[in-house]
Amino acid sequence: MASIYNLFVINKSGGLIFYKDYGSTGRLDTNDSLRLASLWHSMHAISIQLSPTLGCTGIEVLEADTFDLHCFQSLTGTKLFVASEPGAAGVTALLKTIYELYADYVLKNPFYEVEMPIRCELFELNLLQAIRKDKYSVGNR
Amino acid sequence: MQQAVGAGPGSSTRMRCLYMFNRQGVCVHYHVWLRPLNALSRQEDQKLMFGLLFSLKSFTAKMDPVGGSKGQLGAAQLQGQGCSFHSFRTNTYKLSFMETPTGMKIVLVTDQKMGDLREALKHIYSNIYVEYVVKNPLYTPEMPFKCELFNLNLDNYVKNLT
Repeated sequence: MASIYNLFVINKSGGLIFYKDYGSTGRLDTNDSLRLASLWHSMHAISIQLSPTLGCTGIEVLEADTFDLHCFQSLTGTKLFVASEPGAAGVTALLKTIYELYADYVLKNPFYEVEMPIRCELFELNLLQAIRKDKYSVGNR
Repeated sequence: MQQAVGAGPGSSTRMRCLYMFNRQGVCVHYHVWLRPLNALSRQEDQKLMFGLLFSLKSFTAKMDPVGGSKGQLGAAQLQGQGCSFHSFRTNTYKLSFMETPTGMKIVLVTDQKMGDLREALKHIYSNIYVEYVVKNPLYTPEMPFKCELFNLNLDNYVKNLT
């Protein structure tokens, strides 16, 4: 069993630019993943409006009945979010690692246009490695 | 009418506010402990909160990675069906959510370091709301209420939550 089920990357306007499934059952089709991504973008924005105190930057962790959703927002507004097993540890660190991979293999790719869907073989390869590594290190904890 | 902002004497500083919605989405009770920022009017805020809960529920029902096939995103579901959520956390607050089988939604907003409040919400529902509001002979079900005993007991109970 993987420690994370899937990964979404959305650009600053809420469009899905990367989606990858790592072993969820009843996987989402393309349309559903696009819808979920933009829905998450708006709910993230609404959660800021509802904050009782100043300085809110949006949802970081959502705890659902069968999974936890961890979200990382970069300074440029790109959001990465993953669904993990409930109570999984170290997902925030994994998100940081994924963001580093995104910076290294996507943004530094001269053929990549910012805010556009990500098609980078090296990114996917390194992502898979990072997620596998994380899965085993979590297992050994 | 605006309620006074700021914690009253003896009330917990970790609590922010409480919302209760009936199944039509009408806010039947709103209680503030500490809320320095009111970005929206009272009514707008309550509507937005209900909208957020509603959308988050359809989001989690569709996202559910272990539940197998699910209908369309936003498809109508019976109470208790589909994957729901019980809390989310931002850098400034934590929101805990419970829905009863009758469709009533209870939302407790607290500071971000609060622990799991699922039991607390159950307690608020069955030992405070049911006892002091539902069992009040003058109360019309599904209607907004103002109940002194409810407020008093709620205040007393949340003081000790961690």
